Amino acid sequence: MSTLDAHIPEGPIAEKWTKHKAKIPLVSPANKRQIDVIVVGTGLAGSSAAASLAELGYNVKAFCFQDSPRRAHSIAAQGGINASKNYQNDGDSTFRLFYDTIKGGDYRSREANVHRLAEVSASIIDQCVAQGVPFARDYGGQLDNRSFGGVQVSRTFYAKGQTGQQLLLGAYSALSRQVAKGRVQMYARHEMVELVVVDGKARGIIARDLVSGELERHSAHAVLLCTGGYGNVFYLSTNAMGSNVTAAWKAHRKGAYIANPCFTQIHPTCIPVSGTFQSKLTLMSESLRNDGRIWVPKKKEDAEAIRAGKLQPVQLAEEDRDYYLERRYPAFGNLVPRDVASRAAKERCDAGFGVNKTGEAVYLDFASAIERYGKEAAHVQGIHHPSDEKVRELGEAIVESKYGNLFQMYEKITAQNPYKTPMMIYPAVHYTMGGVWVDYNLMTTVPGLFALGEANFSDHGANRLGASALMQGLADGYFVAPYTVGTYLADDIRTGKISTELPEFAEAETTARQRMEGFLSNAGNTPVEVFHRELGKIMWDQCGMARNKEGLEKAIQDIRSLRERFYKEVKVPGKMHEMNPELDKAGRVADFLELGELMCLDALSREESCGGHFREEYQSEEGEAVRRDDEFAYVSAWEFADQDPGKAKLHKEQLVFENVKLITRSYK
Amino acid sequence: MKFTLNVWRQNGPQDKGRMETYQVDQVSDDMSFLEMIDVLNEQLIGQGVDPVVFDHDCREGICGMCSMFINGEAHGPGRGVTTCQLHMREFKDGDEITIEPFRAKAFPVIKDLMVDRSAFDRIIQAGGYVSVNTSGNLPDANATLIEKPHADAAFDAATCIGCGACVATCKNASAMLFTSAKVSQFALLPQGQVEAKERVLHMVNQMDLEGFGNCTNTGACEVECPKGISIENIARMNREFLSASITSK
Repeated sequence: MSTLDAHIPEGPIAEKWTKHKAKIPLVSPANKRQIDVIVVGTGLAGSSAAASLAELGYNVKAFCFQDSPRRAHSIAAQGGINASKNYQNDGDSTFRLFYDTIKGGDYRSREANVHRLAEVSASIIDQCVAQGVPFARDYGGQLDNRSFGGVQVSRTFYAKGQTGQQLLLGAYSALSRQVAKGRVQMYARHEMVELVVVDGKARGIIARDLVSGELERHSAHAVLLCTGGYGNVFYLSTNAMGSNVTAAWKAHRKGAYIANPCFTQIHPTCIPVSGTFQSKLTLMSESLRNDGRIWVPKKKEDAEAIRAGKLQPVQLAEEDRDYYLERRYPAFGNLVPRDVASRAAKERCDAGFGVNKTGEAVYLDFASAIERYGKEAAHVQGIHHPSDEKVRELGEAIVESKYGNLFQMYEKITAQNPYKTPMMIYPAVHYTMGGVWVDYNLMTTVPGLFALGEANFSDHGANRLGASALMQGLADGYFVAPYTVGTYLADDIRTGKISTELPEFAEAETTARQRMEGFLSNAGNTPVEVFHRELGKIMWDQCGMARNKEGLEKAIQDIRSLRERFYKEVKVPGKMHEMNPELDKAGRVADFLELGELMCLDALSREESCGGHFREEYQSEEGEAVRRDDEFAYVSAWEFADQDPGKAKLHKEQLVFENVKLITRSYK
Repeated sequence: MKFTLNVWRQNGPQDKGRMETYQVDQVSDDMSFLEMIDVLNEQLIGQGVDPVVFDHDCREGICGMCSMFINGEAHGPGRGVTTCQLHMREFKDGDEITIEPFRAKAFPVIKDLMVDRSAFDRIIQAGGYVSVNTSGNLPDANATLIEKPHADAAFDAATCIGCGACVATCKNASAMLFTSAKVSQFALLPQGQVEAKERVLHMVNQMDLEGFGNCTNTGACEVECPKGISIENIARMNREFLSASITSK
């Protein structure tokens, strides 16, 4: 086991980034034109990085597997983006955003990176407004803010429930401008299938043209992975169908360490699973917890009657309901952080109090809010002694104005009217805090290979705060990578074009081709989907909201045998040199089958509970997480070894906290 | 539930293509339309038939990737939904359902139900942006005030997901709704004013080069648009275009 150097600059935390930038070696415009950069993925991190690097003068090639860069899954983010502008004059500051993020992450993120994120957050908003991103505004014409998950200030900028869409379209337009200038070559419907390493440096990728099926060699002086998270290892998640770990995993197999892979965010308010053929889960924004009360029946027989359809939730008397979050966490109630809310829902359902036919759902009830708002509205309108119907009518109108689009989305999916009957929700995999290990410069353990956005691990520790993912993606792409990638490239001005005829390119291409031909010629009978679904179940049951030693050890064995069966029994139809989505999927699932094992290994080695990682052996008598700072205040960075994901070697990056004091999070 | 599906199969852009009929059963009313296609595909793979190729990704109605023409309507029956948000409960057990790709000269079929919509990217590249480089020294975001009604209208136009339902629906395969939504977003914001003339001229020119048809104001695009983009945007773009044509050199 070795220790890792994160190359954090010296000096007080508030000065590190400024001083670091001042010392960065520059590359002259003439030399930039001689340097090629590959950007894989075109979400917030990828689009913003590709556009910014092209503006600086580098030759950029950008890749995405979708038909257009505008469709990357950043587009689905709903709630908002944090920035410490302090427009509300409510005491926000760079330090407070930094502090909230470190604390929210349960003290498992790197101070220097998080502080830089908080520092550049304000510039992101300026940049986006200048690009024409239509953020919500108040009647005075100024930008509006809202509050989000567990913080005490209003620092979230938003564009209704489509903030991710608007930010991504902003970055996409900046990217399109560079494509028009010929500064970026855009490769849509292309997937990275191998990383090419020459003399220890990342020098290119092998990509598959998903339309023609051809393998292509692309060389560059640096490669940026902006490929998002790996939540689809759980099969069901709020991620897009195509979101995958392949680019990051291929990099891992070529020497990039993967850090804290077991840190997964399971979001408490998603629409529950309805059947086996369900392909994905849909999030209901965290903002709903401002007004919705979460409950299950107090008595098991009521829960059973509800599951059997013999009893309706609205028929249950107030005293027969268990508002378990308000009961367990009186100080924060329904607004506890995501990890805490998710675990509490699981605890009730496991105990037999779940409410839909699968037993895995709890109620999110707006009846109290409707009544409260209705009475308020009646008062304002001067209606004395309003009837119950009038109160409901007025209250529903107010709830509709706040959450109308979400209620409508819920009704479309479930065919139930959430104004009349409580919503049913259950936690679902949403985001992965873990990812490719990077140093302060966002460079991985492979020189010349960078990782940005959700693909890296550095900023959110063991739990991400709401509205911080968009902030990090754009911070990395617009304001960090353009500087730090340049530092690395300053040494490459004399290198000249990297030839794709180098043996390393041929080798990587052969590896990819043989892997694909192997799938196509396999004599199996089972579609890829079946293995993915099975892997998802193992991960969800043993490496989901609660983990324990026995379960994780069993999961590792189960994944290993599933992987063996996959290679024996999988059937992939079609041919190599044609469009073949089943072949693409087989490659992605093969990588998930390896990553899953590493995640379990990581969860097994972290003998503490922190953030989204809850080890049942490490909990207090009241069932709260017990963090063990003395032994585990480090980042686990795994090195691929012996051609076997289960034999990965652990390296530790000790986390040093000089600016915040480690305390136990309490929401009681 | 059981369904009879007539599905367009086409091996590539050069292939003539044909309708094939398949039966699917074990469909539940909770399934989305795309999950029903997943069931069909697992069935086809089992029978040794190539699965039906179709575009899809987020499956929550925002990425704009899914693009089927179902029973003669873009994204199928129902208003304000994409195909991934359409549920089988909207159909009756035993229904016959016809599924085709979005059809337009500017959207060539790649395979089966998948079409090439890169023409939309090129329209955006022609001017669908504000020319501002990444910089940490831009004016403060609140330095320019924007009236709320303008900001809200710009947002409404900006919610276009670029799916192409408007083109598929229009009898002329016109891309006016898509193009005008982007032109409008910037026309309504102060940040968009500097390049307003060049923007509308270049984007409209690119739209024509791609082979999209003209607008004859039938308003069908607005009806089928899953995001409810208004044809008022087309009127605004026409005004912008006219004034730019007259006043620019």
